[in-house]
Amino acid sequence: MGLLKFLLTNRIEVLELTGEHLWLVGVSMLLAVVVGVPLGILLTRHPSLNKPILGSANIMQTVPSLALFGLLLPVPWIGDRADRLTILALTLYALLPIIRNTHAGITGVDRAVVEAGRGMGMTDRQLLFQVELPLALGVIIAGVRVATVISVGVATIAAAIGAGGLGEYIFRGLAMVNNNLILAGAIPAALLALAADVILGLIEKRLRPA
Amino acid sequence: MTTPDSATIIEFKDVRYAVDSGRDLLRDLNLEIRGGETLVLLGRSGSGKTTTLKLINRLLVPSGGEVRVEGRSTLAWDAIQLRRRIGYVIQEVGLFPHFSVERNVGLVPGIQGWPAERIRARVRELLLLVGLDPQLRSRYPRELSGGQRQRVGVARALAADPPILLMDEPFGALDPITRAEIQREFLALEQRLKKTVVFVTHDLREGLLLAGPGGRIGLFEAGRLIGVYTAAEFLRATEPLAAEYLAAFRSGDDLIAR
Repeated sequence: MGLLKFLLTNRIEVLELTGEHLWLVGVSMLLAVVVGVPLGILLTRHPSLNKPILGSANIMQTVPSLALFGLLLPVPWIGDRADRLTILALTLYALLPIIRNTHAGITGVDRAVVEAGRGMGMTDRQLLFQVELPLALGVIIAGVRVATVISVGVATIAAAIGAGGLGEYIFRGLAMVNNNLILAGAIPAALLALAADVILGLIEKRLRPA
Repeated sequence: MTTPDSATIIEFKDVRYAVDSGRDLLRDLNLEIRGGETLVLLGRSGSGKTTTLKLINRLLVPSGGEVRVEGRSTLAWDAIQLRRRIGYVIQEVGLFPHFSVERNVGLVPGIQGWPAERIRARVRELLLLVGLDPQLRSRYPRELSGGQRQRVGVARALAADPPILLMDEPFGALDPITRAEIQREFLALEQRLKKTVVFVTHDLREGLLLAGPGGRIGLFEAGRLIGVYTAAEFLRATEPLAAEYLAAFRSGDDLIAR
């Protein structure tokens, strides 16, 4: 097995690239949650913003990732460093599922519960933090889960602009027509995506109200 | 403007409520509710009784006219302060599924900043008051029966000792036996607590029972208040709609008598 041998002899590099990959995805997810969840909440308060915000996030998802990297390249500060650019791109991709699920999660909270809370004199803020967000958390995490799995995949393309990550092996393997090298990038990336899916899935299950 | 009678706690003056499309859900509503009385709002679905209730705690605001609570227009009240003076129980109960019974019942005292010890004592007192074992305090709503949930809903509404209690078909989803039991207990509770209760129902039997000898029944049809009667007056009423209700009510008795 040439692949296994390759992974073992290059284990330090494999770990480094996996670390880079995780870092790119982790930072992007954090940013996407920090931006996406408040936007999702905003949509529930101002339904008229629904179309413009979800529309833009939707369009963002249709832009091919390689094209997005290219488009962002000339942007000052962002284009200066490959990792910055990658993080921005991954964040933009992750926004749609997070915004959409935050919105769906909150509007999906039993209306009777919200009405009872409001009728008892809870302020909008109290309702949001004590009732709506805790009850919507499972659905919001489901959005983060989808976004994370997408990002692990898209992040492999970041190697094309020199941001590192497991995509390095894939692109190197493509250039050298070396299947083992391609798999050395693809398999760990797939395992990362699976692990993220399973872990976030468990968290989601715990947070869903029974 | 006439000053309301000192005993009037809730007053509707020429109130109209229309939905955005312009259709009136409620028209020409004039009604005074006296402090400490029980007023039953009776009518079929869509007759405007729930709308009337929600106008009191400002979940809805009138499209015309004025709703006054304790002499002040609901629009002049701070909505949050107003609602904290009014207990609210709905048919779906609306208990918070992620809160224990204790946190559900202690919610309003909690947001009003009561000390934890006092809330604990109050929750215990309330659970006993509505006929529940205080041991249930650590349970979650999904672990309770329908009747228990509804009792917790009543306890929650009473938590901060509000002078007014609004109840929107609170016992409508219960089985007939639990329902009869909880109605009797609520009647006893109401006579003890001397709260102003506005109670929405479509069930005349329930309305007559809860209005009791001292309360009144307001009959709604298609967005209008047809009349306000004591239980005794209602039983003698000749007004066609009231007679229709009575006929439906008595036909049930005939079935039993046969």
